[in-house]
Amino acid sequence: MGGPEIERLIGLLSKLPGLGPRSARRAALRMLQQPQSRMLPLAAALTDAARAIRVCGVCANLDTTDPCAICADPRRDRAVICVVEGVSDLWALERTHAHDGLYHVLGGTLSALSGIGPDDLNLARLLARVGEGGVREVILALNATVDGATTSHWLADRLRPMGVEVSRVAHGVPIGGAMDVLDEGTIAAAIRARRAV
Amino acid sequence: MEWEAPAIVLDARPYGEGDAIAAVMTEAQGVHRGLARGGSSRAKAAIWQAGNLVQVRWVARLADQLGSFTGELVHPTVALAMDDALALAALSAACAVAEGALPERAPHPRVFDGLLSLAARATTPDLAAQIRWEAVLLADLGYGLDLSACAVTGDTEDLAFVSPKSGRAVSAAGAGSWAARMLRLPRFLLDGGPGTPPDWRDGLRLTGHFLERDAFGHHHRPLPAARIALYHRVCDLAEEPRPHA
Repeated sequence: MGGPEIERLIGLLSKLPGLGPRSARRAALRMLQQPQSRMLPLAAALTDAARAIRVCGVCANLDTTDPCAICADPRRDRAVICVVEGVSDLWALERTHAHDGLYHVLGGTLSALSGIGPDDLNLARLLARVGEGGVREVILALNATVDGATTSHWLADRLRPMGVEVSRVAHGVPIGGAMDVLDEGTIAAAIRARRAV
Repeated sequence: MEWEAPAIVLDARPYGEGDAIAAVMTEAQGVHRGLARGGSSRAKAAIWQAGNLVQVRWVARLADQLGSFTGELVHPTVALAMDDALALAALSAACAVAEGALPERAPHPRVFDGLLSLAARATTPDLAAQIRWEAVLLADLGYGLDLSACAVTGDTEDLAFVSPKSGRAVSAAGAGSWAARMLRLPRFLLDGGPGTPPDWRDGLRLTGHFLERDAFGHHHRPLPAARIALYHRVCDLAEEPRPHA
């Protein structure tokens, strides 16, 4: 079809999430048609990001500085830590501007089936952060799955004796969602988490 | 080839970007795996959570193929049990034990009925029933406990221990100086009562020993982490220091 360079480009693109061989070919072709305006800036951006991005030593967020911009921001409420599974969850929460505290990225959830235990996650660092004092509340913003709930219970068991308030994000009806199309589990969780209006 | 039946989801591992390889248990098919298309996608991941009761349909061209599942949620067990740490631990442990110990595509109706009953009442975990279910599972696999009489004296009264070697009951008098090496036999396994946290701890230690040695050990696999986590949680309830796992 093309030279080995094109095949290599398509091969690398097809490994990205959301892209298969067919869509990788389309993306590669679009870039190859305008290399100056699309391909070289992308290559430069990829190189810059790979060189500059590092993992925050406090919360495990990705940023160009360590500690990250969130951990270093003096306007943030340092008494509240929101625990998330991955950096994409942190980004999702930041887009809402609903949380003005700090974060802690676990890097996954405990999974008995996949053999992921406490030592495989960034849990010890969270317990150490809370143990250092000054934390009033830990918000568990983990996925509403068996593994997410198991991790929440594991953390709650260890954080409560340290004298901090432990809460978790609500499960229920999404904004704009219609009750009749929700799955039974979500409706049941929403009923159980109802509150007075 | 196809069949449709009520099933309990035992496991769902992500496959590719949005699919999952699911393991379910039905009364007639036993533990059965299949590809659940979209099973780890946002739209369908809620269905394929271990412990949920689903109406499942399996389709394949040939009987020995993996085949694919489509499923509809019947009872959202996981969503209901999610807020209770003990309920979630018990449900996860039961699913992990069934998924790991039972052979695939071999019906075990007694085990299915027991697991269905546990899942249906997952919000109010009955640890005594779960331990009795594990004993039924061991018996179905050919590793049944014999609690009818003392292996030493033949007495049917005062049974207090189980031999970790033979799986037979031993009375307090029959155990003698060997008592410390025996597994404690909780009363609820004899009288069908509800038991207490120390009884549940003893019961989980008892069935856990034989699950680990026989059901999982013969496959050179350890006891599932979810089962060990349940034992640790019950040790906490019984206010006993956790053993080193």
